Amino acid sequence: MKDERVLLAHGSGGLLSHRLVEEIFKQNWSNPYLDDMLDGATIQLPLSRIAVSTDSFVITPVFFPGGDIGKLAVCGTVNDLVACGARPLYLTAAFIIEEGFSIRQLKQIAASMAETARLAGVQLVSGDTKVVEKGSADQVFINTTGIGVLESETPLHPRRIQSGDQIIVTGQVGDHGLAILAQREGLAFSTPAVSDCAALYRINSLTSMFPGQIRCMRDPTRGGLATVLNEIADQAQMGIVVEERRIPVSPVVRGACDMLGMDPLYMANEGKMVIFAGPEQIQDMVRELRQIPETSGAEIIGEVKGNHPGMVLLETELGAKRILSALEGEHVPRIC
Amino acid sequence: MKTDNAYNNRLLQEIRSFAKPAALMEVCGTHTMAIARAGMRDLLPENIRLLSGPGCPVCVTSQSDIDRVIQLARNPEVTLLTFGDMMRVPGSETSLQECRSRGADVRVVYSPLDALQLARENPQREMVFLGIGFETTAPTVAHTIVEAQRLKVNNFSVLSLHKIVPPALEVIFSDAQMQLDGLICPGHVSLVIGLGPYDELVSKYHKPCVITGFGDEDILEGIYMLMRQIISGQARAEIQYRRVVKPNGNPIAQKLLSRVFQPVTARWRGLGAIPGSGLTIRDSYAHFDACRRFSIPEIEEKTIKGCACGGILTGKISPAQCALFGKTCTPLNPVGPCMVSQEGACAAHYRYAPMKGRE
Repeated sequence: MKDERVLLAHGSGGLLSHRLVEEIFKQNWSNPYLDDMLDGATIQLPLSRIAVSTDSFVITPVFFPGGDIGKLAVCGTVNDLVACGARPLYLTAAFIIEEGFSIRQLKQIAASMAETARLAGVQLVSGDTKVVEKGSADQVFINTTGIGVLESETPLHPRRIQSGDQIIVTGQVGDHGLAILAQREGLAFSTPAVSDCAALYRINSLTSMFPGQIRCMRDPTRGGLATVLNEIADQAQMGIVVEERRIPVSPVVRGACDMLGMDPLYMANEGKMVIFAGPEQIQDMVRELRQIPETSGAEIIGEVKGNHPGMVLLETELGAKRILSALEGEHVPRIC
Repeated sequence: MKTDNAYNNRLLQEIRSFAKPAALMEVCGTHTMAIARAGMRDLLPENIRLLSGPGCPVCVTSQSDIDRVIQLARNPEVTLLTFGDMMRVPGSETSLQECRSRGADVRVVYSPLDALQLARENPQREMVFLGIGFETTAPTVAHTIVEAQRLKVNNFSVLSLHKIVPPALEVIFSDAQMQLDGLICPGHVSLVIGLGPYDELVSKYHKPCVITGFGDEDILEGIYMLMRQIISGQARAEIQYRRVVKPNGNPIAQKLLSRVFQPVTARWRGLGAIPGSGLTIRDSYAHFDACRRFSIPEIEEKTIKGCACGGILTGKISPAQCALFGKTCTPLNPVGPCMVSQEGACAAHYRYAPMKGRE
């Protein structure tokens, strides 16, 4: 199968479609739910509250340092479920493939999804493929929908946030955004920019380890940390103060952002979580997070305040206080 | 660069000890952004005022030039290749982004060499690169044009709206209304042009100029160096950003610029037409000049009603003094270019609003 391409006929529903599914998806994702090849999967769920989340993944380049669109599609939905306080169990995946896309790359993507799902303890139970004419889509788009079960009685929600709650970010921010930008722009740094793309399924254990302490979590993807903090301040109608010097940013992201005129706090992340938690056991929680490889860089970056509801304040490294606003429009490099 | 807080605090203390009132202009948009991002205005004493200058290439592009670009983009033969920052800049009727949604072939590229590569891959299309930027960006565009000639890429051309900074500084210094006491000069532009043009400005206008880097401590050092000159009644051109800028600049880039471009009168938003401040493509590279390749008629300069970008770009008013700021004009719905650009004074003031008086 040397340089074989996806043809429109692969989406016809006929023999070629069947072969595509068999050779690429079933082979990589094989499990009792999928192998039945029914119109849908029937799954067993514990008698508890479940979380459902869906997300579509569109990214150029499809392969990037630290991951690919397949890994991203699994991590993205897994992390959304984790942010709800759920243990992710099942995923569905739907592909829209541009005619002419490489079969070899499609296999790579399917394998990467299988591997990421296996690590995260989720099963890919149902899927779909469509092929569209060349130019109607950019290479490949993936939608994943996930189901997870809630580990605690009280669902996580911004309205549970109280004044005095602490804010944790689970590691360096801006890595994914820079990795994608660097790949697109052909920028090379002395330390390569690598995406943080990771499934944060292990954070789950914290919910039972510190009952009631975690109020709310959110993964700072598009729009970055600044945007997520603003969303939560708005939903909780609480004020937030964060200290710039406590926000972890890698030297390469910091340097590149200076050069490009960008701000790490607005750059996308794909393997980070922002956690709002009560102050009582916060140090223990950070210690636990640092034991987990994906969250080993966890830091407390700020605090929830009762005043200035809906507003996020940043204490800059110089010691000034300014408003940290949500991203409006696009975040693109400057022209000089 | 990691911020050294002890050093910064010492610099701030020294700066606060200068009692003399001073109006300093940060010429460059990158400085505007860095100053707002660090909340620096709140930390400086009240006697030192920082004014934002005309140092954002997107912002100073005149309305008529943007309208001409949009007209070119509507030509069905043309694929227009541009930096992303230009997509949302409003023309008098529409923007490139809107044109694209209505079928114009406008694509975002990250470098002029990418644009040339696209031209080679699509020999049947007329590929026009929109050249916007100062002395920092123009040399790479010059290099791309030289390459296009060497590789005989016949479907590639550049619409050069490049500008050079010193003539605009001269306009600002000679403006009687301005009363500037010193200039925080752009680090990146000066990397190319060196100290020479500032020496000329200083000998003519007797105002201190300091070429400054972009870290918190760079900017504080730059302000400190300016204030030290002001207090002692001196006026010199100095380099704070020594780790990057050499006194004679970058002679290779300078040579490349004069090989491909020649100075021409250019229209600046807020400053009007300035002789010798634009870069047009020389006759020897005429084939790559989009202006000669396509008929792009001159368009009358229209002003956007209520938009104060002109006054903001010359430091006469601050963004918050514009009646549209933060109301009808926001980054999501920009009325003027200063709110669109990553480096625009309005965008900087909007995104990084100080907290003073709001707690």
